[in-house]
Amino acid sequence: MSSATTYAHTPGFYSGDRPEIVTSRFKYEDSHTIERSLATEGYDGLKAALTKPAPDIHEEVKKATVLGRGGAGFPAGTKWGLTPPGVFPRYLVVNGDESEPGTYKDRLLMERDPHQLIEGCLIACYAAGLSQCFLYVRGEMALAQERVATALNEAYAAGYVGRNICGTEFSVDIVLHWGAGAYVVGEETALIESLEGNRGMPRLKPPFFPAAIGLYGKPTIVNNVETLANLPWLMVNGADAYLAIGTATSPGTRMVAISGHVNRPGVFEIVNGTTTFRDLIYGDEFCQGIRNGNELKAFVPGGGSAPWFIADQLDLPFEGRLVGAAGSMLGSGAIMVMDETTDVPSAALTLTRFYAHESCGKCSPCREGGTWLMRILERVVAGKATARDLDQLYEVGEIICPGAFPHASSAALDIPAVPFPYKMTTICFVGPSAYAPVHSALTLFRDEFEAKLMKRMFIPVSSAPVMADVAAVPAGAH
Amino acid sequence: MSRLTEDNIRVAHELIGRYPKARSATIPLLHLAQQQDGYVTNDAIRHIGELVGATSAEVLGTATFYEMFKFEPVGKYLVNICGTMSCALMGSEALMHHAEQTLGIKSGSTTPDGLFTLEHAECQAACTEAPTLQVNYRYRFKVTNESFDQLIHDLRSGKLGDEIPPHGTVARIRQRIPADRGVGPKAPDDVTTAPDWMPAPVAEGAST
Repeated sequence: MSSATTYAHTPGFYSGDRPEIVTSRFKYEDSHTIERSLATEGYDGLKAALTKPAPDIHEEVKKATVLGRGGAGFPAGTKWGLTPPGVFPRYLVVNGDESEPGTYKDRLLMERDPHQLIEGCLIACYAAGLSQCFLYVRGEMALAQERVATALNEAYAAGYVGRNICGTEFSVDIVLHWGAGAYVVGEETALIESLEGNRGMPRLKPPFFPAAIGLYGKPTIVNNVETLANLPWLMVNGADAYLAIGTATSPGTRMVAISGHVNRPGVFEIVNGTTTFRDLIYGDEFCQGIRNGNELKAFVPGGGSAPWFIADQLDLPFEGRLVGAAGSMLGSGAIMVMDETTDVPSAALTLTRFYAHESCGKCSPCREGGTWLMRILERVVAGKATARDLDQLYEVGEIICPGAFPHASSAALDIPAVPFPYKMTTICFVGPSAYAPVHSALTLFRDEFEAKLMKRMFIPVSSAPVMADVAAVPAGAH
Repeated sequence: MSRLTEDNIRVAHELIGRYPKARSATIPLLHLAQQQDGYVTNDAIRHIGELVGATSAEVLGTATFYEMFKFEPVGKYLVNICGTMSCALMGSEALMHHAEQTLGIKSGSTTPDGLFTLEHAECQAACTEAPTLQVNYRYRFKVTNESFDQLIHDLRSGKLGDEIPPHGTVARIRQRIPADRGVGPKAPDDVTTAPDWMPAPVAEGAST
């Protein structure tokens, strides 16, 4: 029987007989208060950290290989080490602008346990010598903003944030900053632009690697909320205990949100690297199968930007490298499940529309291409497309992502997987993300697209690549 | 059509005082202006420019990038129905259709009584509770036609006034940094050395 428990105060979240690194307080209704936090080891990680020299704490985090939970999966300890030595000030920017389709874990971590996040920010500031912390919370998350604001006010009053933290020399301010609704601001350089009061458009890397040239042109660490929420536990229990959970390449736990056509959609903290997609979708402890006993058609394994998987990939574990080799990515830890009744072109359209809408407009392939993809898909869904349109979807995609685009293998279609990553002609991942659902859907379910084509005799149906000259524009030439 | 009030100017200075550069407060100040007037007025844009040391055009440029800022009056309640994948899979299109019927307006417009503005929104980060909507950024989960009608009824009758403030107010609780506790920001170029708690700098290349 399922051991999963849910709480009326956290709809969608299920705990179970699994290690709890970041969700240990979710069972308490008052988990967001400083009283509950302090009664359950809150700020103990910070106190433990403050007894040691800052470089030792940095080493501990490096040793634990805490992978970034925002999408790219870059180890936090390594990221902190990328700041140029001896250059100050350095800033911490906390990325709480969670808006990847399918994803919600940072929102829960901010709403349910803001003190844990604050503690994580402080540990990072201490270890990496960061002078000020900016906690950027997505604009649409009113409750998260209120909870974090209250927690910061409590923490300032109790001496955990601000001047001489816990009576030591360590002093740092944490400033709560609200976003105002823009998906692309989740990209770290766009986040920095937004924090400087500008339009949230990504900066070109190089030279604008935040660790070297970030906020106000100074070295800046941008970490995801969940990444930082891991640090208090790590400080109390040590890197060895952290490494004992999960696998060598993906230690610890991960928050995963599974939504769509499953019997029990939910957010779970799972052991990193070992749990398979089959466990997650069909397991009694997790989603308990597809609704109405239907067959699985496809699923998105890592947020709306990720290429789709089908039943062939169910036995893959939730592990970054294996999923990458199989043609997709884990991204931000969000699985969206489609059952046999799903109209694939329409489903792909909902995602492509999202990315077309959220394009900041800086890079032409994304600004124009995303909209083209959306319009062509709209024609397909409306039954007004021709076979030529389907080819054009690939052609537009080629302009955003030249070369082979990652996709899953399919035994039924007899196609092998194309592994991650892809090449891109855009600065950030919004453009390729608009193409990912289209490409997956069209590659794995072309028959569904063809079934929707307009059946009129006089429309010339040609697959000649008339745009080949455009597709041949070299990468970066936007 | 107003600039920020005296009280809000005080809040604005408090916000600006937290950042190493005043312009970083642009978005928080735009929220403040929207909280005051329900939308961002031209005068407020000008005023914010004066406060953060930017031109009106720069502030407007920033403001127009972000979905949440409105430049003309919207309803007291902004109803955002999510239409991204998870919600779409669970029937958000039908919900939007129902909402349009119930309110008698198309998505993107406001009811004649000025009470409701209906909008299609993108992912609201509550995907397991699909279909979702937000009223002035307060969630409603697993919304059905019936629960939508009930919500509209409750909003009309003023029953949810405590939970859902009028459009413009996002968080009702602000961060306050007590003067005796805050470190305060320093101009980025005024800081060149490691913070006090960091051990003496190691020789270049010896660490990290």
